[in-house]
Amino acid sequence: MSVEATPAPAVTKATPQNGLWRFARRNVTLVIGMTILGIMLLVAILAPFIAGDALTMKPVQRLKPPSDAFWFGTDQLGRDVFARTLWGARISLLVGLSVATFSVIIGLIIGLLAGTVRWVEAVVMRFMDGLMAIPSILLAIAMVSLFGASVMIVIIAIVIPEVPRVVRLVRAVVMATREQPYVEAAIAGGAKRWKVLVRHILPPTIPPLIVQATYICASAILVEAALSFLGAGTPPEIPTWGNMIASDRIYLGRAPWCIFYPGIALAIVVLAVNLVGDGLRDRLDPRIARRM
Amino acid sequence: MLAFLIRRIASTFIVMAIVAVIIFLLVRIAPGDPVAILVGDNASPDQIQAVRKQLGLDDPIFVQFWRWASRVLVGDLGISIFSNEPVAKLIGQRLEPTLSLAATTIILAVVVAVTAGIIAAWQVGTWIDRIVMGLSVASFSVPVFVVGYVLIYVFAIQLRWLPVQGYQPIADGFVEWFRHLVLPSIALGLAYVALIARITRTAMLEVLAEDYIRTAHAKGVATAPVLLKHALKNAGVPIVTVIGIGIALLIGGVVITETVFNIPGIGRLVVDAIQTRDYPIIQGVILLFSGVYVIVNLLIDLTYTLLDPRIRT
Repeated sequence: MSVEATPAPAVTKATPQNGLWRFARRNVTLVIGMTILGIMLLVAILAPFIAGDALTMKPVQRLKPPSDAFWFGTDQLGRDVFARTLWGARISLLVGLSVATFSVIIGLIIGLLAGTVRWVEAVVMRFMDGLMAIPSILLAIAMVSLFGASVMIVIIAIVIPEVPRVVRLVRAVVMATREQPYVEAAIAGGAKRWKVLVRHILPPTIPPLIVQATYICASAILVEAALSFLGAGTPPEIPTWGNMIASDRIYLGRAPWCIFYPGIALAIVVLAVNLVGDGLRDRLDPRIARRM
Repeated sequence: MLAFLIRRIASTFIVMAIVAVIIFLLVRIAPGDPVAILVGDNASPDQIQAVRKQLGLDDPIFVQFWRWASRVLVGDLGISIFSNEPVAKLIGQRLEPTLSLAATTIILAVVVAVTAGIIAAWQVGTWIDRIVMGLSVASFSVPVFVVGYVLIYVFAIQLRWLPVQGYQPIADGFVEWFRHLVLPSIALGLAYVALIARITRTAMLEVLAEDYIRTAHAKGVATAPVLLKHALKNAGVPIVTVIGIGIALLIGGVVITETVFNIPGIGRLVVDAIQTRDYPIIQGVILLFSGVYVIVNLLIDLTYTLLDPRIRT
């Protein structure tokens, strides 16, 4: 009951830094993942300025081990592995982010339709079951071999098998939501159909979708690398991590750096995206957290 | 029970039919003449004419699909562009290496993963649990081919314990056959192990919180029987489910693993077909692998009824 005007103790002072620190301590995985991913994004964007030349071949310097001049060594054509690894981040992140965005948007639209319009549901869900039965790498291989290899085709080829997973998730959430009393009340109260959809049915799908998007991003980066590695992805003249590993794999015994550096970069990026996913999942959707 | 069986088998047929429709339509949507896709660039006019007649491109598309699907049903997957042999025969020749790789991987992965999952659940919250969970996140993130090359570099090139690559038929001796499959199985199985171990841990944790587990402990049953008999049996359904879902992961991984380790299996057949633009092979292997996936999941749904009598309605 005292009215002393003593200043609050320094520890509890709510400076922005303190708030940030507390957030970081409560979301360790999220912050670690975001930090790594942020650095990688920066590196990818700045690659033209910091990485140097990734394409010029210098046959004199082929398969040189890591040194001061070439931090990650050189490959079989004398190209700088460090520069190529940084450039490779561009394709991986581009594919990962585009696939996550497109598959979530397409999946959300189809899922909302399937969850609310009965005849759409029957047709669409059977089609989705069929699509899910086709191994995604094989579907992508078929599409690339039919439509030709380009970054755009690779993105489309990875989006298509991801869509059914998003549709299923959205539909499950929608079916649970539309039985809720507040939705029934809104319909009974004469709200317009699209208004119910946008205001009541859409919002609960967003948190699990954000989590799902990060996992899709991680798997898209892996599939892109695998397709490049198998020779069914990005054209070989573009430096991607998969292409780098594929072109120098016969030199594994002599020049392991050609394979290990892009491999490590790939693993770190995917790990970072997975950590962000786990962190978001714990924050946004405790129900999914129990599943994994 | 019978109604459940019939319903489940019918839905398997529907899914396979849709897979066939998707694969069939893919060739028709692709730019260019479907005949050219199916016979390749170097085909003679006679060959082109023969395939054109076989496809009957002037007929309505439903008729075309039906004709194609009825040939697939009797095992006619078309002719390879590159080698001019029936695709079904080429797949048959590559069956043994792929089946060997799949079998060793599944056995190895399930044993390791279920054990790790049980231990993590039993020791929940301790450093053992954290290591198992941490490793499982890590193994989701490392692609199969990177794991493969690291394994080859360490165990085959540096330590020289195991062969670098290749495949030995089982008829030439079990030991050599197995030695060639150790590294590929580990590389292929890693993500699968992570997936199964995570689900096993979660499922076990849920069951271990039940009253009857406490009762079993209280009446003096030893830890091992409680974990393996009381708990594992009731945690079975999600574990078996994820083993089935993971088959998709394995099928994609087989293609990559066989390339890394130079194993002459079905995956390698597809990868070679990419280079030669041999679409009939790609199409045939997709049909086969999708079929395997659908049938495995059917079998798994049926094992539920054995594990959990409540589903038998």
